[in-house]
Parts: sequence; C-alpha cells; structure tokens
Amino acid sequence: METVVVKRRTLLSTAAALPLAGLACRRSRRFPFGGELLGPSLDLGHLVRDGALPEPDHFQPIGVLIAGGGIAGLSAAWHFEGAGFRDYLLLEMESEVGGTSRSGQNGVSAYPLAAHYVPAPTKEIGPLVKLLDECGVIEGYDATGEPIFGEQDVVRSPDERIFFHGQWWEGLYLHAGESPEDVRQYQAFFREIDRWVAWKDSKERKAFALPRSKGSDAPEVRALDALSFKAWLDARGFTSERLLWLLDYAVRDDFGSRLDTTSAWAGLFYFAARKQGPGEESRPLLTWPEGNGFLVHHLLKCCRERVRTGHAVTRIEPRADGTVLVTAWNTRENRAVGFLAQRVIFAGPVQMAGRVIPALREARGKAFFEAFPATPWLVANLTLRNRPKEHGFPLAWDNVIRHSAGLGYVVATHQSLRDHGPTVWTYYHALAGPDPKADWLKLAAMDWRACAALVVEDLRKAHPDIEAHIARLDVMRWGHAMIRPRPGLLFSPELELARQPFRNVHFAHSDLSGFALFEEAQDHGIRAAEEVMAFRG
Amino acid sequence: MDDSESAAPQGSTEGTPLNASLLFISVFLIAACGLIYELVAGTLASYLLGDSVLQFSTVIGVYLSAMGLGSYLSKFIHRGLAQRFVDLELAVALVGGFSAPILFQAFAHTHAFRPTLYTLVMAVGTLVGLEIPILMRILRHQVKFKDLVAQVLTLDYIGALAASLLFPLLLMPKLGLVRTSLLFGLLNAAVGLWSTFLLKSQLGPLRMTRLRCVVVIAMLGLGLAGAHRFTLAMEEEIFSDEIVYAKDSPYQRIVMTRGRGSFQLFLNGNLQFSSADEYRYHEALVHPTFAVKPGAKRILVCGGGDGLAVREILKHSGVERVVLVDLDPAMTQMATQMPMMRDLNQGALLDPRVKVVNADAMIWIAEDRSEAPFDIAIVDFPDPNAYALGKLYTTRFYKLLKRRLTPDAVVSVQSTSPLMARKSFWCINTTLEAAGFQTRPYHLAVPSFAVWGFVLASPRPFDVPRKTLPDLRHLSDESMTAMFAFPKDMDRVPAEVNRLDNQVLVHLYTSEWKRWS
Ligand SMILES: Cc1cc2nc3c(=O)[nH]c(=O)nc-3n(C[C@H](O)[C@H](O)[C@H](O)COP(=O)(O)OP(=O)(O)OC[C@H]3O[C@@H](n4cnc5c(N)ncnc54)[C@H](O)[C@@H]3O)c2cc1C
Repeated sequence: METVVVKRRTLLSTAAALPLAGLACRRSRRFPFGGELLGPSLDLGHLVRDGALPEPDHFQPIGVLIAGGGIAGLSAAWHFEGAGFRDYLLLEMESEVGGTSRSGQNGVSAYPLAAHYVPAPTKEIGPLVKLLDECGVIEGYDATGEPIFGEQDVVRSPDERIFFHGQWWEGLYLHAGESPEDVRQYQAFFREIDRWVAWKDSKERKAFALPRSKGSDAPEVRALDALSFKAWLDARGFTSERLLWLLDYAVRDDFGSRLDTTSAWAGLFYFAARKQGPGEESRPLLTWPEGNGFLVHHLLKCCRERVRTGHAVTRIEPRADGTVLVTAWNTRENRAVGFLAQRVIFAGPVQMAGRVIPALREARGKAFFEAFPATPWLVANLTLRNRPKEHGFPLAWDNVIRHSAGLGYVVATHQSLRDHGPTVWTYYHALAGPDPKADWLKLAAMDWRACAALVVEDLRKAHPDIEAHIARLDVMRWGHAMIRPRPGLLFSPELELARQPFRNVHFAHSDLSGFALFEEAQDHGIRAAEEVMAFRG
Repeated sequence: MDDSESAAPQGSTEGTPLNASLLFISVFLIAACGLIYELVAGTLASYLLGDSVLQFSTVIGVYLSAMGLGSYLSKFIHRGLAQRFVDLELAVALVGGFSAPILFQAFAHTHAFRPTLYTLVMAVGTLVGLEIPILMRILRHQVKFKDLVAQVLTLDYIGALAASLLFPLLLMPKLGLVRTSLLFGLLNAAVGLWSTFLLKSQLGPLRMTRLRCVVVIAMLGLGLAGAHRFTLAMEEEIFSDEIVYAKDSPYQRIVMTRGRGSFQLFLNGNLQFSSADEYRYHEALVHPTFAVKPGAKRILVCGGGDGLAVREILKHSGVERVVLVDLDPAMTQMATQMPMMRDLNQGALLDPRVKVVNADAMIWIAEDRSEAPFDIAIVDFPDPNAYALGKLYTTRFYKLLKRRLTPDAVVSVQSTSPLMARKSFWCINTTLEAAGFQTRPYHLAVPSFAVWGFVLASPRPFDVPRKTLPDLRHLSDESMTAMFAFPKDMDRVPAEVNRLDNQVLVHLYTSEWKRWS
C-alpha cells in the first residue's frame, strides 16, 4: 500500500512542477493589478563569473574584510562590534544587506522577502538570546534564567490553518476525520521524536541541537544522515497519508526538499531541535511584520558605518605573505575597488566561493562544489485592498493549502494586529523538484505575468475572488535560496572541508550547516569572527 | 362613456350576469390590503426614521393623494375593464406585497430610503386608487347605482376597519412587517385569480391571465415561504422579534429588532443591548469608576459605539473630554443619526466634549500620540467569541491601555457572564492582574442577557466603591456595594492568563457558552 501511496505522491509532486514549465511558455493572461519582478542581481552573478573586469588602481589595507552581508556576514560584524574590534569592512553586493532575511515595505505593511521567523530560543542558544535582548524582544528572565519574550513578538494565535475540502481548518495537521490508524501513527511518530529529544551522547550532548554544531556527532546520530527521511519512515511502517503529508510539508517549508531528497537526520532535526524536553510543545515562534528583516535591521544598526552595500566581491586572492587581495565591483559607480586584507571572511554561498576564489576552485576541484545543491524559491508579496471572503476557520498567521505545490501564505499584518482592511500576504513556493538547476532555469525564464499566474491560480483554490482584492503583486525569485540537506551531505567530508579556513580566508554561511536557518548562519558568522580574532589576539 | 364600457370582449357571452355579492367580498379584501400597505409603510418609516407623527402623516398624505390620482386616472381606462382589474390586482400584489422587504433593503444598503419610501407609497396608492372605480364600473350594470355606491363604500370602510384592528393586534406581533406585507400581497393576487372565475365572461384568453396570476402568487408564496432564508427574515426567526434595521458593515452585521415595547441591537447575531434594561448594564459599567475616581476629567471609551456608556459618563459634570474609539463607523453613525438610537443615548456622541474615533482600539491605543493620559477607561467590547475580539482581552491590550492612563486611573471592563461563562469571566480578571492591575470584579442582573459581570481595575490599590450619583435608575449606594459580593456559583475559579499567543479566552468562551445554546 505504502509504495503505491508514495509513488502517487512523487508523481503528483513532479506533476506539480509541470505547470511552472507550462506557464513559462504559455501566453499569459492579463491581470487587473501590477507589480515588480525582483531577484538577486543576475547580472552580478555573470559579472563575477566572467571576471573580465578592470583591475582596481589601489588596494586599501584593512584588518578583516567580510564578503557578504547576509545573517552570517552581519553576525560576524556584530560579533566584532561586541568585542570592540572595528578594523573591518563588510561588502554586500546587493543594494541592501540581509540576504535571504531581507524585507520590504509599502504603505500597507512591512513584509518579508524570504525568512520570516525564528523559534523562541532557550538560554542554551546564547548568541540569539543576546541578539533578541538587544532588540527589546526579551522582557526579562525567569528564575531558571530562561528568557521571557514580549507577547507581541510571539506568533499571535491562531498560528496555522489548512485549507482542505472547501474550507479552512485549525492547525496544519487535520485531526478531523483521521482513522484510528492515523492517530496511532501520528502518536508513534511523535513518541519517536520525544525519544530523540531525550537522547544524550556520552558527552551529554543532545542528538539535535540548535545550532547543529552543539549537537552530537555520535555514530547513532550520524547514521541517520545515511538514509533519506522517506526510507527512515518506510522502515518504521509510517504509511498514514496525513502524517506523511505533514512531514513532507515540513521539509519542503524548512529545507526546500521532499521526503526522498531530505536526509533522515534533517527530518528528525526539524521536529526534535524545536523541543526543549520530551513531551513538551515545540518552542513558540517569534515573528514580526517584516519577518527576520527585523533582526537584520538591528544587526545593521550595530555595524552600519563599516558596511558597504553595492559592492560585489569579484576576486579573492590569498598571497604568499598571508595577506589577501580582494577586488570588488562598486555597482553604483561602476568601478573596481581593491583591498589588502589580513584576513577575509567569505559569507556567501559555497558555490560563490568557488567562483570568486580561483585558488580555492583549483584546490577543491569542480566536483566539490557540486555537492552543495540549493533549492530555488519563488516568494510573492500580495498587497490586498481588502480581505477576501472565505469559509471555515478564520485567518491565521500561516495559511496552507493542502492540495497545492506551494507552501501557502503568511499574513504580514498578523503581528501588527490589523484584522480588517488592507494587508500584505507573503506567498511561498519552494521548487523542490529533483533537479534544482533545471528548476532554477525554469523559474529564471518566467516573466512577471507567469509568476503572478502561478500564485493567483494557487490561491484561487481557497479564495476564488482573490484577484479582485489584489492591489499589487511583487515577485522575488531566489536562485540560491536554501542549501538542500540531501542524504549524506550533513556529515560529509565536503561539508567538513567547506568549513575549514583556506589560506587566511574563513567561511561563514548557512550552507556550511547543510540547511539554512537563522541560528546556523549566526553560528557560522560568530565562529568565523572568533577564528579571525583568535589569530589576531 | 363609450359603449365599449359594457361590451364584453370578443367571444364571450354578452350580458352574462355577474355574481355581484361575491365581487363585493373582493371589495372588502382589497380595501383591507390597501390599508395594510399604508400601515406597513407608515410603521416602517417611523421605526427607521423616528418621529412617528411626522412619518405617519406624510405617508398617509402621500398615499391618499396617490389614491385620488389613481381614481382620476381610471377615466382613461376604456376597454377590457375586467382584464384591467385582474392586472391591477397583480400589480398591487407585487408592489404592495414586496414593499416591506424592499424598504428594509433600501434602508440597509442605500442612501435613498426616503425616495424609495415615497415612490412606493405613491405607486401603491395610485394602483389602489384605481381599484374601486374600475370595480364599480364592472358592477354598474348588475346593481342599481345607489345600491352599488352604498355597498361598495360600506365594504371598503369595513375592510379598512378590519385591517386597522388586525394589524397592531395580530399581524405585527405574530408575523412582523415583512411577512405581513407579503401575505397581503398574496391576498391581492388571490383576488386577481378569483376574479378570473367571477369575471370569466368578460375576460379574454383565460389561460394566459390565470397563468400570470399563478406566477405572481408563486413569487409571493416563495417570498413568504422562503422568507426565513432571506437574510432579513432568517434573522427574524433567530431574533424572535421583528427586524427594523439591518446592515452589513465591512466589520460586522448590525441588526436592530423591535418587539415587546423595546428594541434590541445585535452585532453578528449577538445581543448588545435591549432598550428595556440597558440602563442597568451601562450604569454598572460606568458609575463605579467615577466612585473610585471622583472628579475624573478625561475619559477613554473603547468600543461602546452605541453611545450609551457615554450617556452615563456625561452625567458626571466634571468630565471635560471623552474619546470614544470604536472600530465601525456604521455603528457610530447609527448612534448619532438614527432617531431611535439618538433618543436612547440622548445624543451623547454629539456632545462637544466627545470625540469619536473610528479605529481598532488596540491599534489606536498603541499608536495614537495626540491624546493626554486618561483618568478613566471604559472597556466595552463585544464578548470574545472570535480571535479578532479575543486580542482585546489580552495582557498585551491591558498593558498598552495602562500606558495611556494616569497612574491612579480606573478602568472598568465588560467581562461576560460570571454565571454562564464563569471561567471566561475569571480569566479576564486574572489577565488584568497579570497585566499589573489591581482588580475588583462585580456583577449584576441584566435580564436580557443574564447575570452580567465587569472588572473594575486600577494600577493602584483601591477600595470597593460605596457612593454613586443620586438619580440613577438602578444603582444606589447600597446596590453598588452589593455588586461586589460573589455568590458561590460564580465565585473565583483558577484561570489561565489570556495572551496574544494563546488566546485561551476565545476557546474558553466558546465552549462555555455552547452549553447554553
Ligand atoms: C524563502 C525562504 C524562507 C526562509 N525562511 C526562514 C525562516 O523563516 N527562518 C529561518 O531561520 N530561516 C529561513 N530561511 C533561511 C535563511 O536563508 C537563513 O535564515 C539566513 O538568512 C541565511 O543567511 P546567510 O548569511 O547564511 O546567507 P544569505 O542569506 O545567502 O546571505 C549571503 C549574502 O551574501 C551576499 N553575497 C553573496 N556573494 C557575494 C559577493 N560575491 N559579494 C558580495 N556579497 C555577496 C548575498 O547578496 C547575500 O546578501 C529562509 C530562506 C528562504 C530562501
């Protein structure tokens, strides 16, 4: 039975990717609203790759140069600032910092362009607690030292709902109509999670900790990375369609992958790392109208003077004397600028490192970089004049359509408590097909209208009159959105190697964890900063 | 008159005697119908526009003059009198029968209630004015003129008498305006159909005429039977009283009903007040705060767009400014413009000391920078039966509210029924405490609701209030103190704190009230 179910599911998922291709070529329809098609500056990618740029006429000496202003790069800078170290510069190629945690803003609301929440950390995740405290999200600490979070920053109830059989239901997992077998499997799965939550290795490390560097690397834990989440579920007889849907949704949403393309370690991590103790609820989520852009704004405030946006790093050359020559392209003034750095923190994706550090490309070889495939994402922000009519459980923060290739939408005005009138919805779609490169080519070929059609068609399932309410629809296409935690990656020698400094170039990016989360990016940023500071004393 | 007058249409037998006495019954019926439409229009206008003397006299005036116009116009009808009569009955049936539903809709959804009202009254009046002259001309060959006049006019007046007695005693209380008007429309149409039998000899192709009658009857019948499926009448079933006002604002459905000598306001089907006993509720909501903080000058009212709490507030002469924040402009407009409401709240929202703000109270208290701190806040939201309302009962709301108050301000919070929803009530009290307020919960009986509860709160410790204004209808110094004692079945129970991220109150409230419905 199970194989049949899953075969049909994979088939369905492949079929779900087809409309993308279809839409890309078909003559698209007209919409009574406008919008923008945004994306990481594609030209800059080419610019970097081609390398046929003029040389800078002068190389400015600098202590540390941080290339990339995502969470990892900003966290490195934040850590430097905290330590009173200021002899650094951060170069970001886009016109704004934040990377995949960037946000936008219009007259109706601020809204995320990708990352939108972090689970409320326990005191163990010290750096995130420190950051949140600086942001004013923490109101105090309880007797055991656990942070107390401001009510307004915790996701307001109701947090999730699902559209199924013509109406909305509370929660992501549909309990209504489940069979006794569904119930048994659901409970069995979460018992298994609780077992892992309680598990500790000989060094008292949890199996799954956030960030992952704090977790165990014991053989039992590593073994989980050898198989896919699907194989792990199969082996334990999990066949409940509802349960499998929930788990598939979870990995699509957090990792941009499917049950069969996700490491079992990552699948279990998703559920286990969010629990403090066995039997406890998952940690509450912290969110803001602008999503994790809220945290970006704070990080930027700490290091603004030493941040240069519109600076694409095109070449990093470690020299025999230990210094590193860095060439960047100033995209505003269209000229090359040079730096002579003692150390470099490269805070962009691993594949980008291969492009801009020729020596690294040579040292590691082409195959090395192929080990880091990333899922492309389409994120659309819909500005609505008013709320569409709907049926069933009321609007929640996260709204998911059960029969959809998309991941649903998050309501930007949920935390600002605006329950009436205009709003902004952030719609998410991970292109989680088996071949990320092919998916990206398809997505990159789609124009605004094709993207809008994809979004509107999907939302129409739950909101037939949605089109009439849309004032504008802005689309963001992410090429290298999320590294995919495929089976075998997480404890692979490649990943291990990618974290190692290379001739005074240090690396910091969520890629280095094998999956993209705020805590991971922050961890790598701080680690790289500490590596550098240790060297400098 | 020309001779076509008595000439039967082609194909029918000339001079077949008509059953005159049966036709006189029609006179009685159509007279009753005519008066009913007039009464429906008059009643409706005085409900919705207030000033019943003015409404009734203008409606009657327009109606009578339209009847005169109809009678005059009857002279231009020459041929096929019987056919015209049947057509006329069907027209009256439709226009008169649907007059009440049309008028309600016009009031709720358009700005053209008065034009619609007088156009309809004109139309019905004109049509009714045509009926009797034509019927008399049909009968004039059967009955001697002096008898004809005597009989027709007698029955006309008796019909009117019957209608005028039936309307207030039976029809209004039992059926309400919408169904009364539909029912009498049906009666008019039935007269039309019946006439196709009585006047058979004078009519053209009968099949078509009868078909038309049947169609009209079916329409009205459907209206009547399906009346409860119409939103309006559907609510009449739920509300048991007649609906006099219904409007869908972008935020909620506002319905006003009237019956048993009082009127009631419902928001999304939930009773907000009944004019019979709202004074108990609003006196209890407002005056204890002033007893704790006499001389309060600046008052904030959250919710309470009906203006009834403001009416009580303005009884305290020291009040200098009242800011009322209510989400729904439709609600505050109704409170200032609808005569029934304005009479009840004594024009409170038009008082120069009162500023009305239409905004979500939670967002307003968080974002407004224009108002100085308040001495008293009256928190009068609908019960927490939805998340968008539940947020207004959270620690977050109360903490935001506290920032807008003077350090020794007093707040009263309507807190649902401690008897029907005991845990919900104490949950609100516990939440206020968690937000840093000292609380003094209290309750009283409001017959339209149940035993109703409030929480008096202040950032500073305070005593149970003992003194109130002398001239209130319910509250006295003694009854004020008595409200603060809780009998065993309503006494404090442990409750969770209602927060934005758990919204426990909405769940508690829905499960507790489910037991009573
Ligand atoms: C759709 C989507 C939703 C997500 N939702 C969440 C969520 O809810 N919660 C969560 O924790 N995580 C989420 N994530 C994961 C998110 O990616 C991480 O939280 C985090 O933002 C990753 O940061 P990073 O610094 O590792 O990488 P990136 O965000 O990739 O940052 C890299 C930065 O480096 C810059 N850069 C790259 N190359 C160069 C160069 N050559 N020169 C100069 N600059 C360069 C880039 O422009 C970019 O700004 C989401 C991701 C996506 C795509």
